[in-house]
Amino acid sequence: MNSIFSVHTARFISLIILQVLVLNHINFLGFINPYIYIIFIALYPIKNNRITLILLSFFLGLIIDMFQDTGGIHAGACVFIAYARPLFLKFSFGTMYEHQIIKFNTVEFGSKLTYFTLLTVTHHFILFLLEVFNVSKIIFILEKTLYSSIFTILLSVLITIIFSRKVK
Amino acid sequence: MQQIINFIIRYKNFLLFIFLFCISLALTILTHAYHTSKFINSANYLTGGFYGSFHHISRYFSLNSQNAILAEENKELRALLYNSETDIDSTYIDTVSYDRAYRIYSANVIKNSYALTNNILTINKGENDSIKQDFGVISSKGLIGIIDRTSGNYSSVLSILNSTSRISAQLKKTNHFGTLVWEGNSPQYIKLIDIPKIAPVVVGDTIITSGRSFIFPKGVPIGTIKDFELDRAENYYKLRVELFNDMTNLEHVYIIENLAANEIDNLLNETGDE
Repeated sequence: MNSIFSVHTARFISLIILQVLVLNHINFLGFINPYIYIIFIALYPIKNNRITLILLSFFLGLIIDMFQDTGGIHAGACVFIAYARPLFLKFSFGTMYEHQIIKFNTVEFGSKLTYFTLLTVTHHFILFLLEVFNVSKIIFILEKTLYSSIFTILLSVLITIIFSRKVK
Repeated sequence: MQQIINFIIRYKNFLLFIFLFCISLALTILTHAYHTSKFINSANYLTGGFYGSFHHISRYFSLNSQNAILAEENKELRALLYNSETDIDSTYIDTVSYDRAYRIYSANVIKNSYALTNNILTINKGENDSIKQDFGVISSKGLIGIIDRTSGNYSSVLSILNSTSRISAQLKKTNHFGTLVWEGNSPQYIKLIDIPKIAPVVVGDTIITSGRSFIFPKGVPIGTIKDFELDRAENYYKLRVELFNDMTNLEHVYIIENLAANEIDNLLNETGDE
C-alpha cells in the first residue's frame, strides 16, 4: 500500500514538472503541445475510491492552470475524464474491467491504445473547447484536438512502455 | 430527510464532479474578463518563484540571439544620439531636468507563451520595483502587451497574442486608427480592424501605436501590412499585420509608465460624469 502511495505521489509531481518545464514549450508547428500529465489519471488504480481520483485530478489540472495562466480549463477537462473514466474502461477492456483484474502492465496493446485514445481525445476536446470558448470556431477546436491528441497519444504510449515493469 | 441523505450518498461522485466542473468553468470565465483571476495566475509567489529559478538556467540557451538583439538596439540608439547632437547648440536647456512624460523600466521575460488562445507572459519585476497594473510593455523591436497582475517580484503581462486584448493602433503615414485583435492562429500575424475605407492602405506600410489609450506613447512600432480586405459591410478594412517582434523569442523587455495617466484618467472621468 505504502509503495503504491509513494509511486503515485512521485508520478504526480514529476508529471507536473515535466509538463510545465518541458512539454508546454514544445509548440510544434506553432501551437501543438502534448499534454501527457493525464497519464496520471489514466494509470490511477482502478480499485481505489473514485472521489479521491476526481479530487486529485482537479488539483492536478488546477496546478497546470496556475503555471499556464489559463484559468480552469485543465482542471475542468481533468475532472471530466476522471468522472467518465469507468465508461472508457468498460468500453476498452470489457469483461476484464467488470472482474476488476486489470493490470496496466499486462493488458493487450490494442485495448490499451483504445483506452488512451478515448481518454486523450475527450480531454483535449474539452480543454480546447474551454480555451477557445467560442462555439463558432469549432473547426479550429477540432483541428487543435486532432493534432495535439496524436502527439499526446504517441508520447504517453511511449512513456508507459518505457517505464513499465515486466511482471510475469 | 433520510431520502435526501440517501440521494447525496448514492450520487456523491456525480455531485462532486458537477461541483468541481462548475468551479473550473467559473475560473475559466473569470480569466476571460480582464483583470479578475486573483489566485490562479503565474505571477504569484509559488509559480513566479518556480519560473524565476528555472529561468536562471534556461536563459543561457538564448544568450547569443538576445545579445545580437541588444547590440542592434544599442547601434540604433547610438545613431539616434549622435545624429541629434548636431542640432543642440550651447544655449539649449538641458531637457533631462524637465518633467518627463514616460518612465521606462527594464525587465526579463521569465515565462513566454504564444501557443494558446489567451497568452500571458510573466516578467521578473513587480510591485517592489513600482510596477503597477496597466503599464505598457514593449521590446526593442515593438509592442508586446500590457501589465495585467502584479505580485511582489513578478508581474503577468497580457500579451497582444491574447484574444481578449484590444490595443489601439494606426497607420504610420496617416492618422487613421483601428483596433488590434488576435484570432488565435499564428504568433507572427495579428489583425488590425476598423480602419475606415477611405484610408490609403498599401501592402508593406508600417503600423504603429496610436497613443489614444494613454498606455503606450504614440509611435511604438508594431508591424507591416501583409494583406488586407474589406469587411462584410464593406465600410472598414481588415488588415493582416506581420509583427516586427518575434513573439516566440523574447527576453529583454521595457515597461513604460505614463506619468500623466492619472491626470488624464481624472479628466476623462470628470467629463464623463457631467
